[in-house]
Formats: sequence, C-alpha cells, structure tokens
Amino acid sequence: MHASSTDGTATPKVELRNVNLRYFSLEGETEALRDTSFSIAPGEFVAIIGQSGCGKSTLLSLISGILKPTDGAVLVDGKLVNGPSRKVGYMLQQDYLFEWRTILENAVLGAEIQGANMTTAREHAKQLLTKYGLGQFLHHLPRQLSGGMRQRVALARTLCTEPEIVLLDEPFAALDSQTRIALADEVTEILRREGKTAILVTHDIGEAISMSERVIVLSRRPGRVKSEHSIRFATSDGLRPNPFSARSAPEFNGYFNALWKELEVHVEG
Amino acid sequence: MAVQDSPHVADVALDLAPAKPVTNTTAKPVHRLPVQIDWPTWAIVTTQAGILVGIIGLWEAAATTSVIDAFFWSQPSAIWHTLKIFFTTGDAWTDISFTFRSTIFGFLLGTAAGSLLGLSFWWSRNYAAIVQPYIICLESIPKLALAPLIILVFGIGLGSKVAVATALTLVVSTLTAYAGVKALDPDGEKLFYSLGATRWQVFRKLVVPFCLPWIISVLRVNIGLALTGAIVGEFIASQHGLGRAILYAGQTYDIALVWVAVLVLSTLAIIMYAAVSWLESLLRKGTRQ
Repeated sequence: MHASSTDGTATPKVELRNVNLRYFSLEGETEALRDTSFSIAPGEFVAIIGQSGCGKSTLLSLISGILKPTDGAVLVDGKLVNGPSRKVGYMLQQDYLFEWRTILENAVLGAEIQGANMTTAREHAKQLLTKYGLGQFLHHLPRQLSGGMRQRVALARTLCTEPEIVLLDEPFAALDSQTRIALADEVTEILRREGKTAILVTHDIGEAISMSERVIVLSRRPGRVKSEHSIRFATSDGLRPNPFSARSAPEFNGYFNALWKELEVHVEG
Repeated sequence: MAVQDSPHVADVALDLAPAKPVTNTTAKPVHRLPVQIDWPTWAIVTTQAGILVGIIGLWEAAATTSVIDAFFWSQPSAIWHTLKIFFTTGDAWTDISFTFRSTIFGFLLGTAAGSLLGLSFWWSRNYAAIVQPYIICLESIPKLALAPLIILVFGIGLGSKVAVATALTLVVSTLTAYAGVKALDPDGEKLFYSLGATRWQVFRKLVVPFCLPWIISVLRVNIGLALTGAIVGEFIASQHGLGRAILYAGQTYDIALVWVAVLVLSTLAIIMYAAVSWLESLLRKGTRQ
C-alpha cells in the first residue's frame, strides 16, 4: 500500500484513503466517517465544513494520529500515520492555556513534552510571542490576557514545535466576532508566510471561504466527502486577498450561497 | 365573590386616602441597598475582648455567689490555678506533644494517601467505577464508630490515634481529588496527546497541577478532622494526650482540669489551623491559583 503512494508525481502532504471510523460502545456502534478520501498538497490551506457532529473534528484527530481509523489509511508525506508526530500541530477551539504556567511556559509545552532542547525552545517561543505582539506578557498568566491574545499564545505553542501541517479545529469559535475576523487575518497570514499546510475545520461558511483555497464539504453523519470547491478570487496583483478583504470580494457571495445549499442547513438540526 | 369584594376594597382605599401621604413613609419602608459602616479594627477587637471579660467575670461572680454550682461548672479562678499546675507539675507538654503528633501524622498520611488514591482514578474509568462504591461506603460509615476496632488492632499507643485520624481524613481527600479528576476537560488531554505526550506525562503535567487546587482546598478541613480523630482515639484508650486528660478529669470530677485541657486543646487547634492556612496560601501562590 505504501509503495503505491510514491508514484513519481508530487506526494500529497496529507492523504486520506477510504477511511472508515466506527466507535464501539456498550450501546452499539456509531459510524463517524464512511469511505472518506481526499488529499491535500504541500502548502495548501484547506477548510473542511459540515454540520456539527459530522465528524469534522474526528478527521483532524485521525490526521494528528491520536485516533486510528477502523479501515483505510491516513498518510502524511506518503507515510502511514502511526501515532502523533512532530510534523503535525493541533490548535483547538479552546485555547487550553494552563493557569499554572506562564505564557512562555505554556508556549514551550510541546517542546517540553517532546523532550526537546528547552533553551532553544524558549528562545523560539519568545521570538514567536514577540512577533505576535505578546512580548511584554511572557511572564504573565493566561487569565490576565484577552481571548484573542490567548488564542495567539495557543498559535505560538502550536508553531513552536515547528510542525509542517497545522490543524485548526474551530480555533476562533470562542471569540467575539471582531476578534475572530482580525485573528483569522493574522493566523492566515502567518501560516501562509511560513508555508505551512493548514487544515481548518469550521462550521462558519464565511470563515472557510475567506481563509482557505479549497473547501471540502462533509455530509451528515456518517461523514463522507460530499463535494469540494476551489476558492479563487480575481485580484489585480494575482495574490490571494487576506480573509478580511476576501469577505468583500465579488466572488464571496457566490461561494457562500453554493456552500450554504450544500450544507442543507436545517434549523431544527 | 370577586364582584362582591371589589366595591369593598374600593371603599377601604377611599377611606384611607387622606391618611395615605402621612403613613406612607412608616408603613411601607423603602428597601435600598443596605449601607453598613464598618467599625475600625480596634473597636471590633475591644468589643470582642469586652465580651470575653464579661463572660469570665459573670461566671466567676455567679460561682462565688453560688448562683451556679461551682462543683459542676468550676470557676475561672480555679481553672487558672489548675492551668498553672498543669503546666508546671502536670503532664501538659507530654499530652500536647502526643496529641499534636497523632494529629500531624494522621493529617499527612490521610491527605497524601487520599489525594493519591483520588488522582489514581484518572488512570482507568473501569477501575474508578469498581472502586467507587467502596469509597462511598467508607464515606458513609461513621469512622469514629470504628475507633474501638482500630484501637484493638493498633494498640493503645500513638499508632491507633494516627490510624483514627488517617481514617477520618483519607476519604475526604480521596473524594476531593477525584472531583478534580472528573472536572478535567478531555480536550485538554487531547492537546497533550496531540503533542505526543505519554500517559505519565499527562498525569504529571496536567492531572496533578490541575487537581492541586482541589487537594489544597481540603487541607484546612482535614487538620480539624485529624484532631477530632486523635482526640476520639485518646478517649477510647490511651495513656497520654489531651483527649485522655479530658476524659480522666471528667471521670474524677476535676472539672477545672476539663476546662484547662479543653482550653489547651482549642489553642492547639487554632495554632494548627493557622499553620495550615498559611501553608495553603503558600501553596496557592506556588500553584498560582
């Protein structure tokens, strides 16, 4: 199986092949994902949308290696995922900064767990935090920071271990709408500049369109890939607009309506 | 009914109408946010001391004028006299040290073992489910009722007092630490695992620091419980300790000595409580909670 993945052409950064995931419990079996396949190119920014409970977050857990698929294969750089790897960083909806650690200590958590050189890690974390405007808060405690600042610390913690792939599990959902849009801009810019492959899971259609280059729509449970949409904006400089200006681009509404129909939003759901 | 009542009510309202502006202020007080002016500390302390002196004075006066029976109630002057004897020729220091040691050992043992037991439930949900009924059972047993058995098993020395004190503190610590474990957010653990953490790392770097505030919060309760355990142990069978002194004095109708021992015991309790409170604030600062 792994031999076929290296067929000469560019290897996808992340690939899912016919992935099935079933949870077993005393009550019975829950099918979370059925026959899901997609691939993501290096440096690509992909959003996955779907209704709550469709297995979006499960997909990220599979890619990060903390869950094992029941059937099928999850590959990173053409290699079967075999547990958590340093190539993958995970950013969750809650920032999960720990109150008993300062901002800097929170940011180096990954390095500490992975047994990396702490002096280098601290230097790196300081650089990242300073870059994100948190330079004077290194020795503060998480509760002294605002929601947006905390989520930036979480980003620094994720990037401090230098992952090549960043998984974003509704990272802005807990923030107020202004902070959310401003932070989406910042995060997108940082991830693009550093050439990270990013997978964003969200139920916010606007966020998906404005941040990503491709949107994958998952069906209701059991989750399957329902459709994929390439997101392109015509700009004068040929570069992709930042999420904020993307929201006012003429193409935005067309994508929004198309995705809205795909999601079959039912209020009673 | 309602139709009949309404004209009557109207009449009453009419009758009262002229008087209303006058009675309004007294009959219907307006409830605003209550404003209290705090007394300065010296005023509070002086009042407190005054009350104490008053009680002692009244007691002494009532006993000398035979309003109360000094044989049953004793009196402050006799208690003061006994106190001096207790500390000069009596066993004061042996008793205090015995009770203090039983309490501290029981407190440390019960808190440490209980907290570890509570934290250990994080490792396996099945293990927690199996052990839990036993813990709840242990909680509902009045542990003091087991004291005679504990004395039989551990003898009349220090060991049995420590055992009673441990029994009292252990369950509280277990349940409190377990409450902390249950409050853990699974997504916080998910974050650790996504960074490649081992279970031991999650335990050390997440579970323990997360549950520490719970464990600390129970320290003050436990020092009181440990002291109760030690005293009850001494009540049942002992050669030393303040509990034994109280029991012995009561049986020989030496009421002044009962009061002395209670007084010394209360002082010991206050000192230990203050020490643990100080330790708690120190730990809270250390864990930044």
